[in-house]
Amino acid sequence: MPERRYSARHWLGVALIAAALLLLPFALAAVGQTWVRVVNLALLYVMLALGLNIVVGFAGLLDLGYIAFYAVGAYAYALLASPHFGLHLPFWVTLPAGFVVAALFGVLLGAPTLKLRGDYLAIVTLGFGEIIRIFMNNLNAPVNITNGPQGINLIDPLKIGDWSLAKNEVIAGLAVSGPMKYYYPLMLLTLAIIVLNLRLQNSRIGRAWEAIREDEIAARAMGINTRNIKLLAFAMGASFGGLAGGLFASIQGFISPESFGLMESVMVLSMVVLGGMGHIPGVILGAVLLTSLPEVIRFTVVPAQQALFGKVLVDPEAIRMLVFGLALVLVMILRPGGLWPSAVRKRELAERHGQGLPAP
Amino acid sequence: MDGFLQQLINGITLGSVYALVALGYTMVYGIIGLINFAHGELVMIGALAALSVIAALLKAGLGLPPVVIMAAGLLVAMPLCMLLAVVMERVAYRPLRGAPRLAPLITAIGVSIILQNIAMMVWGRSYFSFPAFLKVTTYEFAGASITDMQIGIVALAAVLMAGLLWVVHRTRLGLAMRATSQNLSVAALMGVDANRIIVAAFLIGAALAAVAGVMVSAYYGIAHYYMGFMLGLKAFTAAVLGGIGHLGGAMLGGLLLGLIEALGAGYIGDLTGGVFGSNYQDVFAFLVLIAVLIVRPSGLLGPKETDRA
Repeated sequence: MPERRYSARHWLGVALIAAALLLLPFALAAVGQTWVRVVNLALLYVMLALGLNIVVGFAGLLDLGYIAFYAVGAYAYALLASPHFGLHLPFWVTLPAGFVVAALFGVLLGAPTLKLRGDYLAIVTLGFGEIIRIFMNNLNAPVNITNGPQGINLIDPLKIGDWSLAKNEVIAGLAVSGPMKYYYPLMLLTLAIIVLNLRLQNSRIGRAWEAIREDEIAARAMGINTRNIKLLAFAMGASFGGLAGGLFASIQGFISPESFGLMESVMVLSMVVLGGMGHIPGVILGAVLLTSLPEVIRFTVVPAQQALFGKVLVDPEAIRMLVFGLALVLVMILRPGGLWPSAVRKRELAERHGQGLPAP
Repeated sequence: MDGFLQQLINGITLGSVYALVALGYTMVYGIIGLINFAHGELVMIGALAALSVIAALLKAGLGLPPVVIMAAGLLVAMPLCMLLAVVMERVAYRPLRGAPRLAPLITAIGVSIILQNIAMMVWGRSYFSFPAFLKVTTYEFAGASITDMQIGIVALAAVLMAGLLWVVHRTRLGLAMRATSQNLSVAALMGVDANRIIVAAFLIGAALAAVAGVMVSAYYGIAHYYMGFMLGLKAFTAAVLGGIGHLGGAMLGGLLLGLIEALGAGYIGDLTGGVFGSNYQDVFAFLVLIAVLIVRPSGLLGPKETDRA
């Protein structure tokens, strides 16, 4: 890559963005702690969506059981840092453990499904996700590993020495809540994952993924080891999911199989697809939009119904899911590339227009 | 612990329901290569709609015979499901017929979510129990018991499947369907209206799904807005097991899956020394699915193909 010189304006821009990101939790906290939590959740989903984007967007392998890796990461963290087994390992053991275990599960899923493509792969991954959930639900007997449907409680928060990120405290005269403290490591890791993804996309590996997505046979003919490259996609995607899962467990302090149903997989997939498959800014947009959607609905639908009918007629959760379903259908029909597709994808879709089966 | 024969009977009953639903998947897949993810939701809506009608008729207290009440439920559920299937095909699948393969799969998931939530708004989150107006007689033989409801389910399923085979192999519509599934564009050149055939496949599938929904809710005595998902997934597994796109395969796959589940759930405790119990029943379907796709992706009766994209 040729050496680039950055102007002073460029650095000023970076500094402004950095300052904005640093001050964001304080600005949000002024409105309400809920919003800090929403941003934290959005960051987790950005990580998940970027992980899934590697598998679906870059390598073109439709994975409908992605949440299983999130679950594996969360359980790895929880089992190593909770009273359940009496283990309280520090975060620099538990988070990497979630990362590695999830990557292993990624390979475990990837290896037998290498030959499958398209919708067949989607169904197998869906089955895999359900199997993981069923096992989590039932592995409390005869040996209690996951504590079954009750889930695992009292999971340790992230701690540096004795300094817990979960406690509210006053630092230098500023009230800093637990979620606000969590924001910083989350943002840091998210930025790291974004940078990693950007670098990956333009690397040899990223181009190999893209080649497989476009035409696997041609990619193999070009000398790409499709088996290893696909496994790598599964492992990398899964590991980001595992990391996000570990963070989720530490923030919530409680996990149960219920949090890892098929709907969650679909949600993350919707983020990737709605945002723009394979386009990193698009995927981030999708994750942020869909995470804030329920909050927005909660603050608009309920009061709107109360104003109109005097009571809450339709459950906001149902409306949220309906909006989801409609968004999936409409975006696929109207903007098949997603809300913010990459320039290449946009061009491809324009070229492809009018080909294929006879139009109705 | 029930005996082997008992598990066999339960498995065949469950299997015939799976087979009916699997036929819907396989017909649509055979013609346009789409996994209609929302098909399971049709089963659910069929069950809930029939249940509402049955409950209303019972409440009206007209003293109608049970068979008439069941038939009334079916007569409402079937057209409703068929209507939904046509709307779904028209709105969500037809505009995407030339699109990349992932696109219709994702809209199918979207449709499935929409139907589920509409059902939740209409019927609520709670479980509906099937009114106990059918007098179920149990027959005992060779240490196993079989109810007349089970016999009815299997017999009705068999009649419907025979009817479907007759339609597909003996009528002009069936000929057109087979031609379309072999090659859509060539069939169109031969004067087959492809859109009509596709709609017909959706319609037949939806009608069978409605019947299956009524059967399953009567058999288990319960229906709820979430039942379609797992049932649909299992029926899809059955279709893949038999060879997707192959009608006989869907029937065979459905029966086999029912048997595998019943026998598996019945014997897993003994086989593993009590480590795993029947609560792993749902895992079997997925393990079978994964194993089939890896070993023989074209299914038991499907044509041998090396590459499925």
